[in-house]
Amino acid sequence: MSKKPEVNAAELRARYPDVFDRPASSRLATPMMLVAALAIFVFGLVDLDFSPSRFISGLSQLGWISMMMIPPDPGSSLPLYLKALGETLSIALLGTTLAALLALPVSLFAARNVVPSILLRFPVRRFLDSIRGVDTLIWALVWINVVGLGPFAGVLAIAISDFGAFGKLFSEAIEGADRKQVEGIRAAGGSALHEIRFGLMPQVLPVIAGQVLYFIESNTRSATIIGIVGAGGIGLQLAEQIRVLEWQKVSFLILMILVAVAAIDYISGKLRFAIIGRRAVA
Amino acid sequence: MTIAVSILPEQQLAAMNAAYRKAVARKRLRLLAGLAVFVAALIVASIGAEVNLRTFFSYFGNFVSYFDRILTLDSGQRVWTNVGEWFWGWRKWLKLLGETLLISYVGTLIGSVFAFALNFFAAENTSPAPWLRFTVRRLLEFARTVPGIVFALIFVIAFGLGPMAGVLAIAIHSTGALGKLFSEIVENADMKPVEGIRSTGASWLSCMRFAILPQVSAGYASYALLRFEINVREASVIGFVGAGGIGQELIVAIRKFYYSDVSAILVTIIATVFLIDITTGWVRGRLFGKEART
Repeated sequence: MSKKPEVNAAELRARYPDVFDRPASSRLATPMMLVAALAIFVFGLVDLDFSPSRFISGLSQLGWISMMMIPPDPGSSLPLYLKALGETLSIALLGTTLAALLALPVSLFAARNVVPSILLRFPVRRFLDSIRGVDTLIWALVWINVVGLGPFAGVLAIAISDFGAFGKLFSEAIEGADRKQVEGIRAAGGSALHEIRFGLMPQVLPVIAGQVLYFIESNTRSATIIGIVGAGGIGLQLAEQIRVLEWQKVSFLILMILVAVAAIDYISGKLRFAIIGRRAVA
Repeated sequence: MTIAVSILPEQQLAAMNAAYRKAVARKRLRLLAGLAVFVAALIVASIGAEVNLRTFFSYFGNFVSYFDRILTLDSGQRVWTNVGEWFWGWRKWLKLLGETLLISYVGTLIGSVFAFALNFFAAENTSPAPWLRFTVRRLLEFARTVPGIVFALIFVIAFGLGPMAGVLAIAIHSTGALGKLFSEIVENADMKPVEGIRSTGASWLSCMRFAILPQVSAGYASYALLRFEINVREASVIGFVGAGGIGQELIVAIRKFYYSDVSAILVTIIATVFLIDITTGWVRGRLFGKEART
């Protein structure tokens, strides 16, 4: 090896001016963005009535509330709460299943490799998008108007808002499926339905099952809150106890929710591993 | 070219067929058993959730006609024939919508700052002590699992009605969610730069600043933007419990059966959510290239 070539800083500088002197616009971009972000933040604090005195008095209130939450105590309403928790789990399970059953046929119409015609695909997709754009809580309010207060409205609310999400996810899973099996079925003389049943479904069902299980998990969380607007489940109890300032019961209910969510996470994680294999998940 | 397919002799074939049938039958039996358990769970659940198909079918017409009603003005015309009448309250609604966006912006920013401060303690590879990691992780888990609207309900009582409660609720929930995602990014970071900086005798703080942060900051920004998107949706309903934003107006309209207002507010919310989704998607694409978007 020869010795190192002489490095001439001045020459390098002349040859690569961009590296040494970045233009002011690119040097200032990041600080400008930070300043803008900070400005919006400060404007937001002012516009949303943040005042230090209010914040501090609120914090001391919150401290009092947390003190009164200890120890968590259900009083005499433990059976009622257990029933409400069962209701919540039922809402999540039924709503997700219903959504999956409804979404499976519709998602076929939104998948590019099943329905090549954009005329049919486009409206189906936009329809699913608009359903997804409306929050579960809003759907719950709408269904309460239709079937009355109670957990059934919650089931329907979860079903319809997940229908939008599943439609999109399933159609993406179908589009990701391998083309070869479908072609094989067609070459053997199968009809379009045969192609879907024997070519696509075996490929996408494990993916779909994993997604459904994941949604049951996340819907347990959603189902805890739709009760706040009156659609059944543990959220109803929680909102009521908060309104009447029964803080020990509130903290007990929150603990119940945490435990239930953790349990469902654990079970559905196990099931997902069993269905799609450990490697596919991790 | 023809290929001769050789068929095995009868006895061999019979044995293989039997083995195949047995294997398939076992698989089917397992599937059936799983299905039976699932159906049983569904039946129990439908009793628990008071599912009543009769009310469903007799009132399903109501559901369809609800959309008919919210798309009809008081005068009996369709809403889109008179857009001025339909969006009569647009000044008020736009102002509330702006408030909703501000709530989610401020909430996301506070949440990201806290998540940023906490995530190095929660990550497996950078946490200075196991007990610290355990505590921070449980804390983040708590903030993530309790739904934002429950925090909002409690904060409304502590801080009074108004957007401040909403901001804090969203901030806490975002801290939990982002803290977990951030710490996962840190766990995937390359540890060699840390070793390099550590070997010069640098403190823990300098290691984080000069070895980890340059690797992870793009991922942080991407997740924070994604969270902002989610928080806009969240902030649009957080007003249901009195914590500010457009939700307050929406729940009043739904509860008091101001039908055309319901559809008008819903349309503005959906349009805003679409707009924010598209904008943040574009920003993320610009900032981090195509691969970071997935």
